[in-house]
Amino acid sequence: MSVTVDTPRVSYLTEENTIGSWLLTTDHKRIALLYFASITGFFFLGGIAAALMRINLLTPTGAIVSHEMYNRLFTMHGVVMVWFFLVPAIPVTLGNFIVPLMLGARDLAFPKLNLVSWYLFMTGGLFATYSLFAGGLDTGWTFYTPLSTDYTKGHVVAVAIGIFISGFSSIATGVNFIVSIHRLRAPGMGWYRMPLMLWSLYATSVIYVLATPVLAMTLILLGFETVFHVGIFDQRLGGDPLLFQHLFWFYSHPAVYIMILPGFGVMSEVLTTFSQKGIFGYKFIAWSSVAIAVISFFVWGHHMFVAGTSVYSAITFSLLSFMVSVPSAIKVFNWLGTLHKGYIKFDAPMLYALGFLGLFTIGGLTGLFVAALGADVHLTQTYFVVAHFHYIMVGGMVSAFFAGLHYWWPKITGRLYPEMWARAAAFLIFFGFNLTFFPQFILGYLGMPRRYAAYPPEFQVLNVLSSAGSTILAVAYLMPVFYLGYSLRHGARSPSNPWHATGLEWKTQSPPRTENFPIIPIVTEPPYNYPRPEDRTRAA
Amino acid sequence: MHFQYSSAEHQAESAMSGMWLFLAQEILFFGALVFVWVYCCYQHPAGFRLATQHANLLIGSINTAVLLTSSFTFTAGLLAIERGEPRRLIQACFATIGLGVVFLLLKGVEWFKDVGDGLVPGAHFSLTGPDSGGAQIFYVFYYVATVLHALHMIIGIGLVLWIAWRARRGDFSRAWSTPVEVVGLYWSFVDVVWLTLYPLIYLAAL
Ligand SMILES: [Cu+2]
Repeated sequence: MSVTVDTPRVSYLTEENTIGSWLLTTDHKRIALLYFASITGFFFLGGIAAALMRINLLTPTGAIVSHEMYNRLFTMHGVVMVWFFLVPAIPVTLGNFIVPLMLGARDLAFPKLNLVSWYLFMTGGLFATYSLFAGGLDTGWTFYTPLSTDYTKGHVVAVAIGIFISGFSSIATGVNFIVSIHRLRAPGMGWYRMPLMLWSLYATSVIYVLATPVLAMTLILLGFETVFHVGIFDQRLGGDPLLFQHLFWFYSHPAVYIMILPGFGVMSEVLTTFSQKGIFGYKFIAWSSVAIAVISFFVWGHHMFVAGTSVYSAITFSLLSFMVSVPSAIKVFNWLGTLHKGYIKFDAPMLYALGFLGLFTIGGLTGLFVAALGADVHLTQTYFVVAHFHYIMVGGMVSAFFAGLHYWWPKITGRLYPEMWARAAAFLIFFGFNLTFFPQFILGYLGMPRRYAAYPPEFQVLNVLSSAGSTILAVAYLMPVFYLGYSLRHGARSPSNPWHATGLEWKTQSPPRTENFPIIPIVTEPPYNYPRPEDRTRAA
Repeated sequence: MHFQYSSAEHQAESAMSGMWLFLAQEILFFGALVFVWVYCCYQHPAGFRLATQHANLLIGSINTAVLLTSSFTFTAGLLAIERGEPRRLIQACFATIGLGVVFLLLKGVEWFKDVGDGLVPGAHFSLTGPDSGGAQIFYVFYYVATVLHALHMIIGIGLVLWIAWRARRGDFSRAWSTPVEVVGLYWSFVDVVWLTLYPLIYLAAL
């Protein structure tokens, strides 16, 4: 196969380069880059808070900060990472860039709404961040009442307003993606000819649109209660603190799938490309995304097993929580089936993707431990839970984010990244991540509670191990900033399809022109139409 | 027409689906409030009964009629432009705006009276006794719901003004009137929200 290296002179990057042309752009590709810049900022802000916590936990009594400061740190870490990194991360950056290209469309359905969503995100994000610095907040990212409404002196209302505003940016993105996927598919692209990334972003968008408004209303009521001291959630005034938890988790459990579903989409793209083989079980993977989105709305009660809900509700939510693991497992097995007899190449995106497979599987399986009622009583509110969800959200989701970022980097920038550095970073992230969080499973099993600034001395060895791992992880996360940044200027020019991948996004030049495709493509074949392994061996 | 669409009709259909999705979001937004409202009503039946007895049934009922009529006038405008009569559309828009403003004025009067009667949750709440707590919760929902609804009305009035302005500019015709339809969808939804709130606020005590 010959590779034609076209070096495009004109692209969406060269079109016009004034500040105004970027800040007022309606081009989905440029908006994706605006989002990339913001998301990276929030990621490192949340990361710095985490690093300070890990340094503090080096000694049993707290190495550097006061206990009050520690509470603020984990709150900032949680709020920033959840709402301003994990929830938007893949959809607004990679998704924004790639959805129209995958559809064979010139832009999203509502380009102006897309720009508005970035402004909402930035307004909410900067407002929340400012409040976190100015007043500090020590409630944790969950804002449990009555701690948040009665006892804390932090700026609950201000941070809630920030999250409220940015929530509408999620809703705008969700509406945009759903309508685009319904209306803007290229001629010939039926639902089953869509790349699986689009199925998973569709499922994500459904959760964006249907779950976020419930959080918005919850935050409004929380704000009212804080200001007027009436008893909706405060039991001293006749309210019900569990009501808040129900409402909060009605959003925040589906939000977990907002975070991971786009990662699933990236996995399907990267694994097929780097094994040069069609996806195994396309319809199962596609519909399992939808199943996850649906079931995710009916499991929120598992966050309240020890909060005094009834046994019957606990049993129901436990069963439903087990059920949501089934579609996730279906995906993992289908991905393994995809690798089977594939022509596997270990480029950096593939290394990140394989890292995802391992870490997500550990995260998912330990989720079953805490979905089980008996085990949860012992493990809830310990480091076991912390390790479990970090394996999903950081090990899984951030690995998938990097897999996708490296995979589409040549398309986004028109440049190739330095392969060896990228592989080294992928290894370091996998190693550093495990060293950071595996000890936390043991700590949690031994009974170390989360969110405490101090701990009994016998836990120190494992905590030091975890902190050591976090140092490696921090270095590994910084590496891409440098080598990707370097490649922006000095990387080799990329051909339009450097990975020999299928998919419409590879059929246009790198980086694409503003209108994406000179002529709208016509889809005549199924997705992932790679040669079958048996044909390949025959040809060889 | 944006360059990602193949035809004006394609774009129009997409705009409608976008608005429907936005309304799905709105349903969950107000739905959460109604859910909590009903839940708390169940928790504090006496307090809620006490509170609803002080709701202004007369103003509430007039406002319901006003709002329903405004949906009617706007839909009449939509039908007019589909027959190709922009002048009628402009008239319908101003009738709708007028009714919307009447609604907001009456709502303002009602709030003014509520505040005057001391029906503001907090230390100076005028309904005292054992059921005061429940009544205060009712008034939290009352203010949250009616203020949010009023904000939606204000946005709606702005949108209808924009439709009138565009109709005057000659943007709409028998062939193309998508924004009118989209705004109509929104206006009717705001109407439906009120129809959900009306029994919760005014009829629960009956
Ligand atoms: Cu959950």
